[in-house]
Amino acid sequence: MSVRRIAQEQPETFEFNAENMIWAEELIKKYPVGKERSAVIPLLWRAQEQNEGWTSEPAMRKVADLLGMAYIRVYEVATFYTMFQLSPVGKKAHVQVCGTTPCMLRGSKELIEICKKRIAKTPHTLSEDGDFSWEEVECLGACVNAPMIQIFKDTYEDLDEKALEDLLDAFARGEQPKPGPQIERTLSCPESGLTTLTDVPEYLPLNLTSDSEVAAEKNLNADKTSEDKEVATETAENETSENKAQDSNNSAEDLKSAAAAALTEKSTESSSATDDVSDDHRPEYLDGPRDGQADDLKMIKGVGPKLETTLNALGFYHFDQIANWTRENIAWVDNSLSFKGRIDRENWLEQAKTLASGEETEFSKRANYDDTPKGDK
Amino acid sequence: MLQDKDRIFTNLYGMKDVGLEGAKKRGSWDSTKYFIDKGRDWIIEEVKSSGLRGRGGAGFPTGLKWSFMPKESDGRPHYLVINADESEPGTCKDRDILRNDPHHLVEGALLASFAMAAHTCYIYVRGEFIREREALQRAIDEAYEANLIGKNNVHGWDFDCYVHHGAGAYICGEETALIESIEGKKGQPRLKPPFPANVGLYGAPTTVNNVESIAVVPTIVRRGGSWFAGLGKPNNTGTKLFCVSGHINTPSTFEEEMGIPFKEMIDKHCGGIRGGWDNLLAVIPGGSSVPCVPAEQMMDATMDFDCLSGLQSGLGTAAVIVMDKSTDMIAAIARLAYFYKHESCGQCTPCREGTGWMWRVLERMVKGQATKREIDMLFEVSKQVEGHTICALGDAAAWPVQGLIRHFRHVIEERIDQYAANPDKDGEVREPVAAE
Repeated sequence: MSVRRIAQEQPETFEFNAENMIWAEELIKKYPVGKERSAVIPLLWRAQEQNEGWTSEPAMRKVADLLGMAYIRVYEVATFYTMFQLSPVGKKAHVQVCGTTPCMLRGSKELIEICKKRIAKTPHTLSEDGDFSWEEVECLGACVNAPMIQIFKDTYEDLDEKALEDLLDAFARGEQPKPGPQIERTLSCPESGLTTLTDVPEYLPLNLTSDSEVAAEKNLNADKTSEDKEVATETAENETSENKAQDSNNSAEDLKSAAAAALTEKSTESSSATDDVSDDHRPEYLDGPRDGQADDLKMIKGVGPKLETTLNALGFYHFDQIANWTRENIAWVDNSLSFKGRIDRENWLEQAKTLASGEETEFSKRANYDDTPKGDK
Repeated sequence: MLQDKDRIFTNLYGMKDVGLEGAKKRGSWDSTKYFIDKGRDWIIEEVKSSGLRGRGGAGFPTGLKWSFMPKESDGRPHYLVINADESEPGTCKDRDILRNDPHHLVEGALLASFAMAAHTCYIYVRGEFIREREALQRAIDEAYEANLIGKNNVHGWDFDCYVHHGAGAYICGEETALIESIEGKKGQPRLKPPFPANVGLYGAPTTVNNVESIAVVPTIVRRGGSWFAGLGKPNNTGTKLFCVSGHINTPSTFEEEMGIPFKEMIDKHCGGIRGGWDNLLAVIPGGSSVPCVPAEQMMDATMDFDCLSGLQSGLGTAAVIVMDKSTDMIAAIARLAYFYKHESCGQCTPCREGTGWMWRVLERMVKGQATKREIDMLFEVSKQVEGHTICALGDAAAWPVQGLIRHFRHVIEERIDQYAANPDKDGEVREPVAAE
């Protein structure tokens, strides 16, 4: 493994610009509810792009705050993945020379010598004017176009020493040279011209349609009923508002079927009960927190950020709601959670009563002291 | 010899329209609904009967892998994850699919997801493939816009396809490390069992397939499993993208039949070996993880899983690295050893320590600054790494070293003798640091 440390000198702060914030919110929606941390790599990458090509420590904190992750988890990711540059890189070009065997066989060592000569003796070091830096990277996946380099988003392939010198000159002048092969060649096609795909017959469409639409329709429905997202799909079909359907479906992906069923019901305001969950024992729930201010349910021992999201989705925002659950209510909620029996095991009701009265529990004292545990358990 | 009419990736070099309209003209999205209406089992049967073996390196039958997914959901969603983390040195086939023929992949993702009752697919593209990622995203956007995928699409199977990307970790090509990476963690492989088909992404049943495995599915389904099975050799059926790099006259990526003779392939597509066939020294036939094969054995080999494993090597990803007699074999393998040292995730001790150890010894052997008994010791240590780690990276690091010692021991010994006769104190060695 490679040992990677963050730079000694770090900027004070990092903020995503407005455009990137909008992009980030869209990105997070790709992942199921409660799995937002999946977005950590794309977010760090965007932060790096915004921050002149390197990832600063404040940027890691910013990403962690956005995703509700512990700082150390983001730090781990940023230092594990080698595309995150941990110190400033050249403004005009950060030259990544592929040095792995296929490129080495075709002359990457000479390219590295040029970088040492023209940019800096050691990798990850800024040139004197601060415009350039270089590093040797492992296989960039363009082996038939070896040797090659990558500068920011683009690759420059089929290089020799002169071609690299020319490229660096062009970047120094502030130009954007044409990416791809630097010789007369189309992408990965042989330099001498096509050896395949010279005689591809025109495609004749099959234009097959099912024997009878009705039968097909039936088949499909039969297949569907056996599916996990039965409820979600059905509601989606019945639902006129596409947005609502999407919401229910996205959330459903993460939760166990029971919770999914309950969620779907809630978001679509329909009363179609399912087999799994009987609605008779559903505790009183709210459409949103009272006065827009939800209690921090994580203060209850046994409730993490994920469970809190689930509970909120089920309509529980306050300690006193939980404190008033009956035995039947507990059974209903238990059914909707992925951790069966936790309510009793951790004695949520007692805890919630104490917290609702404004007092602290043993756990909440510690939790507050730690500035709220986030991220992994 | 494969004919153009049987080639699947007809826009491999991006010379034609990459967009949806162009892809449709080449056959993508034709009658997809008809095949979906035939049902899940029909698609899986068709893929099984095609004999398609996974294109990611291990060669596991794709249809069989799909059938490991639970038939009925137990309430958890199912996921298809497509592995586009193409990082194996020598391999650059998926890159061309992503940038030039992405609709094969998107359509394949729909068919495969349907076959496994998955409504969501994540495509994990390696971080360095930024333009490729953009091309793939364009194709997905086009498919959404044409209502070919998405909620309530024309195919009657709700299906969402998302592009996710990594940030430069070879290990994320390992399926469980890839899953960890999508979950936003360090890419460290998980112990198996439980296998991803039971507990995978977000704890739900997941199948991870290579890009090429998925991208050939639409054509297999349209032309029939028997068509695919009729190409190539028994147990090594179909067509395959080969990427040939190194000391050949015209390195390139192309689609050929499985089991094509090595010599024919090089002469037809690669303009022959640099300096002629007598100049061939050795070949790494399946990406950096497989042992090298010396020229005399490679001359008569055919490019398929079974023939190459008979030569104590493998087809891997069909990334052929050709080395002529100007190559310093020890240095070439030492560079691969450095690669594995760099890419070890650090989780298992034999790999974390072993890869660095092997690299440091090899760097000395490049100069001849070693003793002959260290050759046996190196082999022994590589055997201690192999098979003693959670994932196959340990094996992959050990095999090239073993191949080197098996076939080129005399070269190492000569180098040691040379050095002993004329020791050079100023030689440059990469500075090995024990703790790295």
